[in-house]
Amino acid sequence: MRLMPLREALAAHVADGDCVALEGFTHLIPFAAGHELIRQGRRNLHLVRMTPDLIYDQLIGMGCARRLTFSWGGNPGIGSLHRLRDAVEHGWPQALELDEHSHAGMAAAYCAGASRLPFGMLRGYLDNDLDKANPRIGRIECPFTGERLAAVPAINPDVTILHAQCADREGNVAIRGIVGAQREAALAAGALVVTVEEIVERLEPAMNGIVLPHWTVDAVVHCPGGAYPSYTHGHYSRDNSFYQRWDAISRDRDTFNAWMREHVLETNDHAGFLASLRAEAA
Amino acid sequence: MSAATRDEWMTVAAARMLWNRCVCFVGIGLPSAACNLARFTHAPDIVLIYESGTIGTRPDVLPLSIGDGELAETASFVVPLPEVFSHYLQAGRVDVGFLGAAQVDRYGNLNSTVIGPYEAPTTRLPGAGGAPEIAAHARQTFVMLKASTRSLVEQLDFRTSAGYLDGHGARARTGATGDGPRAVITDFGILTPHPRSDELRLSALYAGATVEEARAAVAWPLLLAETVETIAPPSESELAILRALHARTREAHARPVVLPFPLSN
Repeated sequence: MRLMPLREALAAHVADGDCVALEGFTHLIPFAAGHELIRQGRRNLHLVRMTPDLIYDQLIGMGCARRLTFSWGGNPGIGSLHRLRDAVEHGWPQALELDEHSHAGMAAAYCAGASRLPFGMLRGYLDNDLDKANPRIGRIECPFTGERLAAVPAINPDVTILHAQCADREGNVAIRGIVGAQREAALAAGALVVTVEEIVERLEPAMNGIVLPHWTVDAVVHCPGGAYPSYTHGHYSRDNSFYQRWDAISRDRDTFNAWMREHVLETNDHAGFLASLRAEAA
Repeated sequence: MSAATRDEWMTVAAARMLWNRCVCFVGIGLPSAACNLARFTHAPDIVLIYESGTIGTRPDVLPLSIGDGELAETASFVVPLPEVFSHYLQAGRVDVGFLGAAQVDRYGNLNSTVIGPYEAPTTRLPGAGGAPEIAAHARQTFVMLKASTRSLVEQLDFRTSAGYLDGHGARARTGATGDGPRAVITDFGILTPHPRSDELRLSALYAGATVEEARAAVAWPLLLAETVETIAPPSESELAILRALHARTREAHARPVVLPFPLSN
């Protein structure tokens, strides 16, 4: 593990065309890292996330993605992700291939990926059109009972990027609160980059808490506020009013582009992004 | 107190269908309001599970997202998401699952994926989320949606979640372990499946709503149950508790977020 600045960590680990998962289920969404991928102009990414959320709306709208693996693509409690919709409905700014699942299917695929099994299995996708729309949803027969079950190929991203509360100097990462499928996405990946609110000398013994041990972590980045406008439990809460405002910002291509230029492309880093939002609010 | 809106009727009608200690898989929006209203009224020990992994959660305000921090803070415990779907839902440990949809057909099948063809949709909807497996494995499901001939349709554009398929017992021949949609709660009243054909019929109306209004909002020829009950209006106390919950929620979601460190650039 190396403690690195965000720019260097992503330049070292994410290349154009990679399969990248920025996980975190509503909580701990790695916004700072997503913005840095946009600043670095990454292209043709295969993005993986259960809930694309605003960060993938931004990556898709900025033309970074060619393919999306996902299971629910809305703005939670608000409505549509307009950039995702524009890409699917009108191919703007480019066409987006969909690899669409249910939450249960994607969870099974991440678990298989973390275990380095070829596929995940569930009693799911029963009598619906998802398996007609997606050839990557298959069926397998149980060798013991004969029951037919759904099978989904394991998800093994080239790189998984997470945000977490803290890491110690060895690179052990502790996550608490709503953990989604972060642990599974982390252990499924070829490389793991984690941004954290703080670096501590030693983590408290975690007992049943979730720790990603240092030998599974490739880079740790100290990045306070790195999940904003998502949240980091124990540090700051979700900015629900920003999620509400995003609906208007993202609805129109020009408004979206102007917002991304001002707050992401023309800021140097995440501290600059946060400061630009604060300046606008003042 | 002003008269109840149809949203409030729907929320109250759904809340009344829940019972104390029932284990309920909750979605965001009207279902979340209904489940928490039940908790604040007649079902204080209802167990609410949100798919983010929060089990037995008791939020004071309604979450905007399925993973707001308050859901974790007030939960009995929090599990990783894969476990919610495998060990709880798939394993049959959920009594009631709530679902919404853009389209419902007469056999309670749901579409939350696309309007138009999948490859070239006119409207791309958010997609499945937890719905297909909730529809399959919750012991029963309740569907909540606003009625119109665009939402209660003859033919789905896409089947995201299976209800009773083509009816007449077809569901029993699948791998689904739950009993399927036992009620569709709309803004005119409630539809429930016919015991043999599984076709959704009008079984209850809000006081003031009419059969004509219901028929006008359903694209298939809507049949009536043997008796169409009248749903009692929301009581003063149900309305007061629901409105206070919404007021607390609005205030909480508008509160500015303060980052716990100085910003410089």
